[in-house]
Amino acid sequence: MAIIHDMMPAFELYQPSDLDGAVQLLDRHGDDAWALAGGLDTMDWFKDRVKRPKVVVDLNGIPELKGVREGADGGLEIGALTSLTDVVSSPQVREKFPMLAEAAATVATPQIRNQGTLGGNLCQDTRCWYYRGGWPCYRAGGNICYADTSSSMNREHCIFGASRCVAVSPSDTATALLALDASMVIAGPRGERVVPAEEFFLGPGIDITRMTVLQPNEVLVAVRIPATFAGARTYFEKARDRQSWDFALASVASAFRMNGDTIAEARIALGAVAPTPLRAKKAEAALRGQRISSQVADAAGNAAVEGARPLRHNGYKVPLMRNLVRRAVRGGPLAGEGQDAAAGG
Amino acid sequence: MELFQRASNPWGQEILTHIDWSLFWWALGVGVVFAAIHLFLRRRLRASEPAVVAGDHGGTVVRHTGAARMFHWVMALSMLVLLVTGFLPQVGVQFPWLTLHWVFGFLLIASILFHIVHATFFQSLRNIWISFGDLREWLQEVRHSMGRGPGPARKPGKYPVDHKLYHHAVTLSGFVAMITGVLMMFRIDSPIWPRDPYRFSDSTWGVIYVLHGLGGVVLVTLTFAHIYFAILPEKRWITWSMIHGKIPRKNYLAYHDPERWPSEEGPKEEAPAAAAQPAKAQGG
Repeated sequence: MAIIHDMMPAFELYQPSDLDGAVQLLDRHGDDAWALAGGLDTMDWFKDRVKRPKVVVDLNGIPELKGVREGADGGLEIGALTSLTDVVSSPQVREKFPMLAEAAATVATPQIRNQGTLGGNLCQDTRCWYYRGGWPCYRAGGNICYADTSSSMNREHCIFGASRCVAVSPSDTATALLALDASMVIAGPRGERVVPAEEFFLGPGIDITRMTVLQPNEVLVAVRIPATFAGARTYFEKARDRQSWDFALASVASAFRMNGDTIAEARIALGAVAPTPLRAKKAEAALRGQRISSQVADAAGNAAVEGARPLRHNGYKVPLMRNLVRRAVRGGPLAGEGQDAAAGG
Repeated sequence: MELFQRASNPWGQEILTHIDWSLFWWALGVGVVFAAIHLFLRRRLRASEPAVVAGDHGGTVVRHTGAARMFHWVMALSMLVLLVTGFLPQVGVQFPWLTLHWVFGFLLIASILFHIVHATFFQSLRNIWISFGDLREWLQEVRHSMGRGPGPARKPGKYPVDHKLYHHAVTLSGFVAMITGVLMMFRIDSPIWPRDPYRFSDSTWGVIYVLHGLGGVVLVTLTFAHIYFAILPEKRWITWSMIHGKIPRKNYLAYHDPERWPSEEGPKEEAPAAAAQPAKAQGG
């Protein structure tokens, strides 16, 4: 099990000033290298001495990784090293995709949002404490899931998509970006590739030791959000144990393109209930062509939790998720329905 | 080079977790080196083989029944899928491999159960069973190919000794991989039975995973060698027999002892003098 130390093990620090230099460094050092963005996830790993890279490549000196830019199609491109605070306060983001600003604003605390980056929030590792404790679980390269035993504390773990590992994706912005049909721009030794958000995150059935498709020699450069849902009807809600500095127990992000009163296109993403941010495709199908009503919202909520398989301590996530999806369809809680009501049946 | 991966469990005990995945590359490398050495020695090995007498020696002889061929190809497909789904994710090619892996694992088990019944009750186990006499003849043949010893060994029956050795190696490594694979089904969700990852202690699971991996890497080498021999021009008549079931009678007479392996049709004429010379054992 990990022991918190005062000092991190020594490593070589590189601070490239351009993207090519960063990619070359990562490529040269391979699995021995670690790409550093805001450092908030990184420092935990290093101080716990669970991750001990020989080389750290600090991406903060690369200007092209920062800032919010207009996209070619009228959408936005946000540099991966743009701070979460800058995402929250960006007029362009707030105008076109206010849901992303809302999601970013729910991350941790103001201090952490000042230091944390959009890319770091997307690429952070899972918070499963059995894994982060340094135990040899599947995700750490072993052959067991300590979070899925008869005596495990698995209240925060997944109800969908378990494949040996039951950890969840902890990113709030990932849920919003999946609903907005964003794509990730990745730079590597062989050039640039663009990966849809839905394919960017990897479940344990594909690779049990990684959360994203990023290879050790690749850098997440930017997030591209198409204009498809610019100005659309969106909703984001994050349910957590306390209202600040906490990870989601469940979250929902939705984007609807309306045709009058009718939903022409719906995208709903669920967070913290699966190893990846998850599209609720059955709920989306239940909404397409429908007028918004309580009945339609109920149908979408029920469809969203179809196939859920709770663990011993996280059965509450099923009604919680159902109610979050209902709220996403209705556009918020019913009159008199407080935040706590989402956890009801 | 490490053979196994180890880790400390929550109780501070050092446990095995997996084979070291570099063993996959070593297994492939051993296969490539074996093939390279064989290619280098091939001309010399072929020089000691009997010449196949040209001419009509009565058409063909049945070598593999339809059921045996069906088993072979189902097993081959299963084995290839299992190796691809088992090892590619470990060397960086990521895809949803797990369901494919266990489904084809069960297909392999079903095909082998069929093979055991078929071979036991409808074929002669003696054809494939290896004896001390076989090993003595094999050593004699090896000495002969090196220009030593009293002379060539007697021609084999249906399967030469190297085929029998190969079959035994596949049987052993295959059973290790299959038995451990069935136990590993308790670790995942499947329609077979309820998941019970705590059936064994983590140290026992570690041994099971290591044995499964070892069986897998041995099968990588064996499969590579098998495919190599199957595509060699001088062995293609054997490969073709696994497709249409028959071998030319002239090959039957040249490479096999009809007394040890009476053909289904029976020899239609006496073996010619050249074919009566002892044959070099076939295959790898």
